[in-house]
Amino acid sequence: MRRSRYGTHLFLVVMSVMWLAPLLWTLYTSLRPKQTTDKYGYWSLHGPLTLDNFTTAWSQGRLPTYFLNSIYTTVPAVLLTLALASMMAFAVSRYTWKFNLTLLILFTAGNMLPPQVLAAPLFQMFKHVPLPYSLSTSGSLLDTYYAVIAVEVAFQLGFCTFVLSNYMKTLPAELTEAALVDGAGVWRQFRRIIMPLTRPALAALGTLQVIWLYNDFFWPLLFIQSGDRLPITTGVNSLQGQFLQDYNLIAAGATITVIPTLIVYLALQRHFVAGLTLGASKG
Amino acid sequence: MTQTTAPAPVAAPAASPAPRARSGRVRRLTGTDRLVLGVMIGVPTLIQAVLIWIPTLLSIGLSFTRWNGLALSDIHSAGLANYRFAVDEYPPFWPAVWHNVIWLVFLAGIATPLGVVLAVLLDQKIRFTRLYQSIFFTPVMLSLVLVGIVWQLVYARDEGLLNNLLGTAGTPSAVDWFGDPHVNLWAALVATAWRHAGYIMVLYLAGLKGLDPSLREAAAIDGANDRQTLFKVVFPAMRQINVVVVVITLIEALRAFDIAYVINRGTNGLELLSILVIQNLVGEGQVIGVGSALAVLLLVVSLVPIVAYLIRTFRRAD
Repeated sequence: MRRSRYGTHLFLVVMSVMWLAPLLWTLYTSLRPKQTTDKYGYWSLHGPLTLDNFTTAWSQGRLPTYFLNSIYTTVPAVLLTLALASMMAFAVSRYTWKFNLTLLILFTAGNMLPPQVLAAPLFQMFKHVPLPYSLSTSGSLLDTYYAVIAVEVAFQLGFCTFVLSNYMKTLPAELTEAALVDGAGVWRQFRRIIMPLTRPALAALGTLQVIWLYNDFFWPLLFIQSGDRLPITTGVNSLQGQFLQDYNLIAAGATITVIPTLIVYLALQRHFVAGLTLGASKG
Repeated sequence: MTQTTAPAPVAAPAASPAPRARSGRVRRLTGTDRLVLGVMIGVPTLIQAVLIWIPTLLSIGLSFTRWNGLALSDIHSAGLANYRFAVDEYPPFWPAVWHNVIWLVFLAGIATPLGVVLAVLLDQKIRFTRLYQSIFFTPVMLSLVLVGIVWQLVYARDEGLLNNLLGTAGTPSAVDWFGDPHVNLWAALVATAWRHAGYIMVLYLAGLKGLDPSLREAAAIDGANDRQTLFKVVFPAMRQINVVVVVITLIEALRAFDIAYVINRGTNGLELLSILVIQNLVGEGQVIGVGSALAVLLLVVSLVPIVAYLIRTFRRAD
């Protein structure tokens, strides 16, 4: 392939420019004051570059509230998903039951459904579950974090169980057999032997799930009605209406939203890519 | 909506007698152990049943009824009326079907192949391959909402990057890429492909890296050129990943929702089945029966790739 190297590089450079242009344009727009872009147009090189749009978007756009709401939903949802998926995966991969395969198939299938298929029944179910007003201002499961967390957990459980059970299957059976001989019960085998060995898979899945759930748009859109309870990804959509044609502020708001993902990605890049490909590649 | 993830099964470990050896063990468990295992399986299964399987069945049930979403006693049987209405009388239905088909063809014909090409190119010993990979991967981290916002800044009529590059910004011939119903589907697809291709690239690249290098060496010794090696050796050996990539592409096309909703709530050229479902469920014209009928149609179509994938994946695992 040596002869085509220049062609390859040319293609990759052109593609890279196309990939980066929207991001750089957003960043550039976000750094320029509205007065400058009004005067010279967005397509211009006139300075100055400031962070003013960021502070304005932060204080006017309810971004701090949205961020907190994202933490309230994402953290419990990821922890619950991983805990439940590990238990399920342990039980189906280390022990042989009659319905193991059926359950695993149903779990995996559930994860692949378009969420909109479940929207009406879930919405109505939650609407008809009464909750005391001390727990929910709507008097039902609607407009609560519980609703979002529960459905996110249910939806991610299938994929995580599938990946973790494949991972646990590769751990030698002798490990738990030796523990069994030593009189260790099921829970002890799970906590002391299998879970520590599954840590790489959990780290990868955890990173992946944090980013996916942080980025989730649909479930909060469906269940949350109060604007001040929206998580950031659903909330940031309202910036477009709030800042109207002020593209500088919208760009700044969008950039702020990416920062946590970027931090997670840069800090845990290896885990994230591993999580994406964990199930898809062998081993 | 989160990303579609369709993992391929990990190859059974080389020491596969292990699972069989375990098969009798359940009977040897103590009462406490059985209880622990029962809870470990029971709780996740209950969650799946209550929040996924039962709602799916309820969706099917509701599609044959007329209901205003208030008291449960108001549910009336409607036979096939909702389906008939959706297919024959509901104006956005056929445009939405058509848009989903275009979405699928575009992803399968352009975005996914582009991801595969990038993976194949970056799998070579090429300079800056890490840098290229990071660049193409960046959009995968963004939510589709952000993808919509970022591309809105590119597509805006007078302020956007694209029209400024084309030199039409500020002139009457400037195209409003997300607003014009003749082009906004394609504009949305380009934005979607920007993210989708990077995702496919990562998956495919991982598969290529995991490929046994001796395959290529053997092909080279047999005198195969690069093209022959790629098409006759590498692609067939990647069958597992190919299936995953095809399934993800199909399902992503059926699940398409976020970006169209962010642009204009899926109206005016961006109608999609998933969005019609939601438009019938919330908002003033709440027609749960019709929304459910649309949901069931979406479900039936989605089951084709899902079932095909499950059969392939679990057949050998049995």
